[in-house]
Amino acid sequence: MTLGEYVGRHLVPGDPARTILGNQATPARVALVRHAWGLDRPLYVQYWKFMGRVAHGNLGDSLFYGVSAGHLVLQRLPVTLWLIILSAIFAVCIAVPLAAVAATKADRAPDHVVRAVPLVGLGFPAFWVGIVLLLIFGLHAGRLFPVGGYGSGFFGHLHSMILPALTVALGLAPILIRSLRASLLEVLESEYVTTARSKGISEKRVMRKHALRNAIISTVSVLGVNIGYLVGGTLVIEQVFALPGIGQLMINSIFQRDFPVVQAVTLVFAVMVVLVYLLTDVAHALLDPRVRFE
Amino acid sequence: MSSITADELEPFIEETAVEHRRGFRHRWYRTPSFVAGVVILGIVVLAALAAPLITKYNPTSQDLLSTLQGPSARHWLGTDDLGRDVWSRLVYGARTDLRVAFLAVVLPFIIGTVLGLLAGYYGGLTDTFASFFVNIVVAFPFYVLIIALVFALGSGTRNIYIAITIVGWVSYTRIIRGEVLVAKRRDYVLAAKSGGLSDFRILFRHLLPNVITQAVIFACSDIVLDILAIVTLGYLGLGVQPPTPDWGNMIASGQTYLTTHWQLSTFPGIAVVFTALGLSLLADGLADLLRPE
Amino acid sequence: MTREPLVKVRDLRVEFQLARGTVHAVDGVSFDVEPGEAFGLVGESGSGKTVTLRALVGLLPRGAKLTGGTIEIDGVDVTAADEDTQRHLRGTTVSMIFQEPMTALNPVMRVGDQIAEEPLVRLGMSRSAARARAIELMALVGIPDPRRRAQAYPHELSGGLRQRVMIAIALSGDPKLVLCDEPTTALDVTIQDQILKLLRKLQHELDVSLVFVSHDLAVIAQTCRRLAVMYAGQVVESGAVEQVFREPRHPYTLGLLRAVPDFEVVRERLASIPGSPPDLAAPPAGCRFHPRCRFVQEDCLAIPVELERLDAGREVRCLHHDQTAADVEREPVIVDA
Repeated sequence: MTLGEYVGRHLVPGDPARTILGNQATPARVALVRHAWGLDRPLYVQYWKFMGRVAHGNLGDSLFYGVSAGHLVLQRLPVTLWLIILSAIFAVCIAVPLAAVAATKADRAPDHVVRAVPLVGLGFPAFWVGIVLLLIFGLHAGRLFPVGGYGSGFFGHLHSMILPALTVALGLAPILIRSLRASLLEVLESEYVTTARSKGISEKRVMRKHALRNAIISTVSVLGVNIGYLVGGTLVIEQVFALPGIGQLMINSIFQRDFPVVQAVTLVFAVMVVLVYLLTDVAHALLDPRVRFE
Repeated sequence: MSSITADELEPFIEETAVEHRRGFRHRWYRTPSFVAGVVILGIVVLAALAAPLITKYNPTSQDLLSTLQGPSARHWLGTDDLGRDVWSRLVYGARTDLRVAFLAVVLPFIIGTVLGLLAGYYGGLTDTFASFFVNIVVAFPFYVLIIALVFALGSGTRNIYIAITIVGWVSYTRIIRGEVLVAKRRDYVLAAKSGGLSDFRILFRHLLPNVITQAVIFACSDIVLDILAIVTLGYLGLGVQPPTPDWGNMIASGQTYLTTHWQLSTFPGIAVVFTALGLSLLADGLADLLRPE
Repeated sequence: MTREPLVKVRDLRVEFQLARGTVHAVDGVSFDVEPGEAFGLVGESGSGKTVTLRALVGLLPRGAKLTGGTIEIDGVDVTAADEDTQRHLRGTTVSMIFQEPMTALNPVMRVGDQIAEEPLVRLGMSRSAARARAIELMALVGIPDPRRRAQAYPHELSGGLRQRVMIAIALSGDPKLVLCDEPTTALDVTIQDQILKLLRKLQHELDVSLVFVSHDLAVIAQTCRRLAVMYAGQVVESGAVEQVFREPRHPYTLGLLRAVPDFEVVRERLASIPGSPPDLAAPPAGCRFHPRCRFVQEDCLAIPVELERLDAGREVRCLHHDQTAADVEREPVIVDA
């Protein structure tokens, strides 16, 4: 993974040394800077040294800011993590009730409405949704939420996160709804739900203890797979809402051609995704006893 | 056992493929999602094609005397911060974005399908090899990859094609591979094999027509994804470069004037949603139609 | 002293709407079940027996609608009752045992919890009391080491044990009526025998009524006192099992009986009667069985055949049932040793 993106990074046209030196770049000076940063060594040597430093927790120094890239990333990581977690929570809170309604009233009016949501919803560019939400809630309807920035203190943070998280959640929810609804429909047709009903327990309990508990299993997998979307979404959303997270860091570093930082952020993203996949597997095993005994 | 020639064998194998198509012809107009999709998409495509006919102004010509005007009889949707007619930019933006999106799908489709066919049919090393690459690409969040690639290659439409191709072939491979894994156990494949037809022939004359429907359906949703990616890149400044109108860069430049001229950012977005809706309906409709009864 | 029948089904009609037309899955079925009695419903797949059973518990499959007739259970007209009343009856008055225990049990819930659910939720027992009751029931249905087994998940148990769990669940609400939908079909031969013996034992000990659906005549013979034979959504013959099996009056029943190679052993599926069941969206004119009947005559095609009462509790739907009777006389089905 890292190899792939490392090579990719270095295909970038535009010599970072030259960029940094700006109009003071003379061939001699450029050569000096390049030597200092080890940019004149062959690629594989650089990569080797890089991995070595990573193992020691050193992700290199930012070319632009002159401080450790790792430091920069860590500074901004909490913001992005907040965003991801909050978005996931929102997405689930939106998707579960809607999917449940759609599945129980299958083929009737509420179902058609809910089914339309993924259809239309998947076509919404995430950043545009963010802008629209900003428009409605940030600027008009009573200026409920800040138009950008991070706010201060725990509740300040939370407050400024709501719109961005909602935006990402609205992007993720259609996929979840679609999957959960299909899963629920299947489960509701199954024999054990009929058994449960034959016990005469309330439909609510049937839904809660039997149907949802089983349908959730496959949806967890879908959620995991779509975390990629979630993570990528933060990239753009942080731009829209001016949130100082690692997504914004990445984009700025791209424009500033700040290699080490871009590398560091991509690495962190990749690690996050892998962690999420792991978590998904664990959650899957927790929810489904059949999986555990393999 | 008497030997059967390929020619004698083929009509028998054809039957399965024909089933699909026959159903399609009879039912397409009765499938509401398909019809709706075609209509909506048709509107957008027609508008894009007929751009010069339905717009009065050149999308890039500036009129610095009449900037940031609201909708009027002369400028149906008003003008932007450089005095350009918003309606023209919207319609020509459709041209740009649709063209890029449709074209961007082609290479991933072809590459992905061929790889999927080979990986699914031959299994073994080929499959392991292909799956290895699939897993690498899949490990990265889509947008992170796209943005990074466009960054590496530079902005502009040609590089968008390249970036999308590099990332996009994966889904087709997975789909086709899955379909092939199932289809290669079907009778018509076994019959073809035992009749001594060459692998190449089996793959492309018999397997392909039957597995390709899933890829085609996915392609429709893929175009939606591509439109979104193109528009997002445009928003970030990494995609279609101004002054060429693109819904993404229109939204970006409009964001500054959100408080006063919200239509600058809103309408391009609505256009995206509308187009995406048409495509999604089309995809759903196709899925319904092409599903074997 | 005669007790009121526990179950009274009168002219039951259930329909499915399909694209190609309306399927009359159950078309005017009537029967009674006495308290403490085991009643059999026999027929091929598509005969309507399972749908009838489902109608009794009010759990018709999606798309099916009850379009006519009444069902009275323990004095309550369930067809006219609202959903809440119907739900109230389930589990505590009527319960059901399903065919395939692997799919009929919740895969993510421990079996002990599944058995305890009704006592907990419907009978208002405390958690510990419900758990104790579950273990009691498990012992009753013959599950060894119930305390440990209660912690297991369905996939950890063998088919026979799973079916016993199903039976325990069905009994957990102290019902008066247990509906059995081919409970032994999916099981191994030796296990089948055990389960049937268990059901018979429980039925007598607890004095519950059974409605036992099967396509297997031998199983019905082992378990039930009376039965109704169904074909194409209708009852074509009914009466006491002894009598019907010795002296069948309907050519279909005769065909079924003759198809069973060895009557004493619980085994085979139905062997063939030539032809196949009719399309219930467009049943044959006149008698529905006539295309496959050995004794068919011209008047069989003319008008639909009504149920005819032969004796007390004995009915048949055939214009020429004497033909069948004669055939049996010549060549008896059951030869007493």
